[in-house]
Amino acid sequence: MSLDRSSRGGGIMKMTLSQKIGLVILLILLVFAFGGTWVSPYSLSQQDLNAILQPPSTRHWLGTDQFGRSMLTRMSEAVMLSFSLGLICVITSAIIGVTLGVWAAWGETVDSIMGVLVNILLALPGLVIVLMLAAIAPGSFLVLYLAISLVQWVEYFRVVRAITKNVIHSPARQSTKMMGFGVWYQFKRHIWPSIAPSIFTLAAFGGANAILTMASLGFVYVGIQPPLAELGLMTVELFPYYSEAPWVLAQPLLAIALMVFGFHLLAGKRT
Amino acid sequence: MKTLIFKRLVQLVGVIWGVGTLTFVLMRSLPGDMAYRIAASRYGQDNVDSQAAALVREELQLDQGALSAYKDWLLDLLQFRLGDSLVSGEPVIETVQHMLGHSLLLSFAGLALSIAIAVPIGLLSASKGKMVDSALMGFSSLIRAMPVFVIGVLLLLLFALHWNWFPVAGFGTPAHLVLPALTLGLSLAAVSNRVVRDSAKRVFGSSFYLFSRVKGLSKWTTFKRHGIRNIAVPVVAFLGIQLVSMIEGIVMIESLFSWPGIGHGLAHAIFARDIPVIQGAALVMGILFVFLNTLVDLLCHWIDPRGVAES
Repeated sequence: MSLDRSSRGGGIMKMTLSQKIGLVILLILLVFAFGGTWVSPYSLSQQDLNAILQPPSTRHWLGTDQFGRSMLTRMSEAVMLSFSLGLICVITSAIIGVTLGVWAAWGETVDSIMGVLVNILLALPGLVIVLMLAAIAPGSFLVLYLAISLVQWVEYFRVVRAITKNVIHSPARQSTKMMGFGVWYQFKRHIWPSIAPSIFTLAAFGGANAILTMASLGFVYVGIQPPLAELGLMTVELFPYYSEAPWVLAQPLLAIALMVFGFHLLAGKRT
Repeated sequence: MKTLIFKRLVQLVGVIWGVGTLTFVLMRSLPGDMAYRIAASRYGQDNVDSQAAALVREELQLDQGALSAYKDWLLDLLQFRLGDSLVSGEPVIETVQHMLGHSLLLSFAGLALSIAIAVPIGLLSASKGKMVDSALMGFSSLIRAMPVFVIGVLLLLLFALHWNWFPVAGFGTPAHLVLPALTLGLSLAAVSNRVVRDSAKRVFGSSFYLFSRVKGLSKWTTFKRHGIRNIAVPVVAFLGIQLVSMIEGIVMIESLFSWPGIGHGLAHAIFARDIPVIQGAALVMGILFVFLNTLVDLLCHWIDPRGVAES
């Protein structure tokens, strides 16, 4: 991870143009998610079998799906669900990864134990681990969240550990220690500033990946279950109606792509 | 070199233990009486009675303690006794072997396509002007933002349903392979072309490359003698990183196109709670993953024997 100015977190002003565009895309989606549930008079599973697969109209702004459910409600609920999952996964995995990463860089025994654990976790592709854990309780948001966080903290751990190892051996940190400052001060003054930009980049990619994983599981039908609205699940549900109602199928596809694109832009340059 | 192989061996053990433990927990945590569930999936919902359940319980030894069951479970696994599918009753080994062949075919075809797409595009954006570069990179960013199943759905809608050029799903003829492999190839190439470009840019701008041109070698000879190998090192190393996306891509693509590979089998087994098949599929996937990683390590070592810095 480089420490170039563009990827340094903190302060919107310091962001590059593409990072700002990413942020705007995500904010628009967030406003849509909140606004959609607030504006729409229909509930998530309210059916109207006389009005299935309707094109957008004044009654249903985004049209209706195969059961005549309001797409506006379902899309905004689905986007909201994806955002919530992304957010809590990023927070959880970042906290675990950073804590363990700093700890492992500081202590020898912890380091070797963590090394083995990380190697085992990295030996299976993340999606396979999440798939298997999701099988324990199909359709459970909690299990999805735990499984995705379990897979994602490793990334933070590796990066944070590598950077912290360097910082700990730096003369600046050692003189701080010799002046008698405590562990917390050393972390705040020396370690945090050097890992923060990388954590920001990882968090943005992590958000995208969490959303992607949930959609992937929904798509193979082992994630969130009907009648809840989830982008991947909606894609498979609406796929058979592609010729009658292509605009309905396009909505979840577009939403996933926009969310991932927004997070990728926000992350800045990948190094 | 030795430490490298040792590390991969440890990983292999980790995979086997991890998959075994996960599937064991899965087996234990299924809601309801296990014997009844398995009997229901075997004989159909209407044919389940306590006798059938007792038969299943006897056969699978479902009433022993958790710890001894765990021990038996792992011992079976170590001897690769994967058991029979709970749904079809066929031996898991045979099912998985059958699936593995299809998955390997798909992944190698996808990988070959991704290289065929990424290398020319990467070289093009590194050697042509800024206009071409930003156009190609912008386009690949757009594709990169699309999850692999979205790419698949779009290709499916366009080439299979709209133009009818290729079959929608299934397997058997080369035509069936085109769309799944193209989906995988595109999603991999959208990421790796950037690596090719960065690597090529670094090499083209280096002093040894310039020197070779200055001393009078032609463009092509310079590229052949000093370009290819130097550009290849980071690209091949990146293949190792991409293996994760490749295997994840396979799970999605096989499910989408009903390609009878490991990913399709895994997703179906999870949906049907067919634990022996889940275990077999995940196991083979993990082993394949570790094996391919080792292969990439060896390849990197072969291209650049000086040894790449530990990542």
